[in-house]
Amino acid sequence: MTDRALSVVRAGALTTVQDRGRPGHAHLGVPRSGALDGPAAGLANRLVGNRPEAAVLETTLNGCVLRPRSAVTVAVTGAPCRITVDGRPAAWGAPVDVPAGALLTVGTAVSGLRSYVAVSGGIAVEPVLGSRSTDLLSGLGPPPLTDGAVLPLGTPQPLRTRVDTAPQPAPPSELVLRVTPGPRADWFTPEAVRAFTSRTFQVSSASNRIGLRTEGPALERARPGELPSEGMVLGAVQVPPNGRPVVFLADHPTTGGYPVIAVVRETDLPGAAQAVPGTPVRFVEVQRR
Amino acid sequence: MRTLPVGDRALLVEVASGEEAQALHAELVRRRAEGSLSVREIVPAARTVLLDGLADPARLAAELTASEVPPAPPRAREVIELPVRYDGPDLADVAAHWGVSPEEVARVHAGTEFTVAFCGFAPGFGYLTGLPAPYDDVPRRATPRTAVPAGSVGLAGPYTGVYPRSSPGGWQLIGTTDAVLWDHARVPAALLSPGTRVRFVRST
Repeated sequence: MTDRALSVVRAGALTTVQDRGRPGHAHLGVPRSGALDGPAAGLANRLVGNRPEAAVLETTLNGCVLRPRSAVTVAVTGAPCRITVDGRPAAWGAPVDVPAGALLTVGTAVSGLRSYVAVSGGIAVEPVLGSRSTDLLSGLGPPPLTDGAVLPLGTPQPLRTRVDTAPQPAPPSELVLRVTPGPRADWFTPEAVRAFTSRTFQVSSASNRIGLRTEGPALERARPGELPSEGMVLGAVQVPPNGRPVVFLADHPTTGGYPVIAVVRETDLPGAAQAVPGTPVRFVEVQRR
Repeated sequence: MRTLPVGDRALLVEVASGEEAQALHAELVRRRAEGSLSVREIVPAARTVLLDGLADPARLAAELTASEVPPAPPRAREVIELPVRYDGPDLADVAAHWGVSPEEVARVHAGTEFTVAFCGFAPGFGYLTGLPAPYDDVPRRATPRTAVPAGSVGLAGPYTGVYPRSSPGGWQLIGTTDAVLWDHARVPAALLSPGTRVRFVRST
């Protein structure tokens, strides 16, 4: 193997390879996938001079430990966390030069949930249907990182658009999701529709890359029976029989049979990616544009 | 036909039957191919077609409700043949539900030309329609299996499907195929896509 590679010393709770996903294949049952906090992943790439489509690492809560085999520039964005290189503190949200063989530690998120680690040259695992993203629903793309794994790196671009620092939104202490009424809002009682946009829910610990699950008032259906399977979009708020809304995130199934009460505006979904379990969630109805 | 807006950039088009959904899907794919429809995803399902990634969903909704969809989808020329052994663990249950012998289940199934109505559940998993009444209504298993082997041929409701890889599932399994339904190193990765015609051919 070439020395353009990254050894995984500690994979962390769930660290996956992510890029901008594989849209365009939903009719074959292939989820879109891709980084949940797209703006954070894009910023990490810019900080190291990568192209926007380069693959990065997405950590979950407790970071990861990596050892590049050659000198690289890295940047960590998204959930703020402590970063060290061979034990010495390094900057979060800025380019960091890591010598060959040095130990890069991406610490536990201080707030938020998912940090993004861009490495100059990008993670160069073999793409599947045009994307290197790990898809946890269907199993496409590389498996989640494991201790001892080695990831190939691409060739760094000559620094074209490297930035040294950039503002990032703080992870939400309260998650406000703007929604438009869904195609099956009429499957719910008027009380349920009112409760949906007036009550406060909490982010459930059962949330994952497939969906942001919520706890809170159960939304009651106005009609019995089953909905035949229909196509689902990113940000769809599906309500399963237990009445607790689920916001579909990047690895969501392409079709589903539970009614969609509302759809979250796409620009609000990166915030959903950073909301830790227990975070209050409010759904606010806005005009369709 | 009813159009339902979905968020800011998508439209769900609802029709009266599975046949109409297939016809509408074929028509929308044709319009995209000729360049008159710009859309990222066209996702057919049981009674609907979802269009996602539209610049102006409201305008398309108005256009669609004012236009006519050809009643039958154009037939794909090619028929994909899937070799099958009718050796599934639920063959006897399906036979009992149909009120026929297991051999008759195999004969009916292998004598039917199917069409992939839509895909979902897993990459390469097609929902195939074509079984005639009264054989087009099979209940799911009361208790889903935690692991259905890849290549299992199952029935549920009006549909036949083949599991592209091992996964949990509640369909009634009547047979097994060695066909590779999904191989992402192959072009195309999916053996079956919406509109594909399919026959199951008995192998021994």
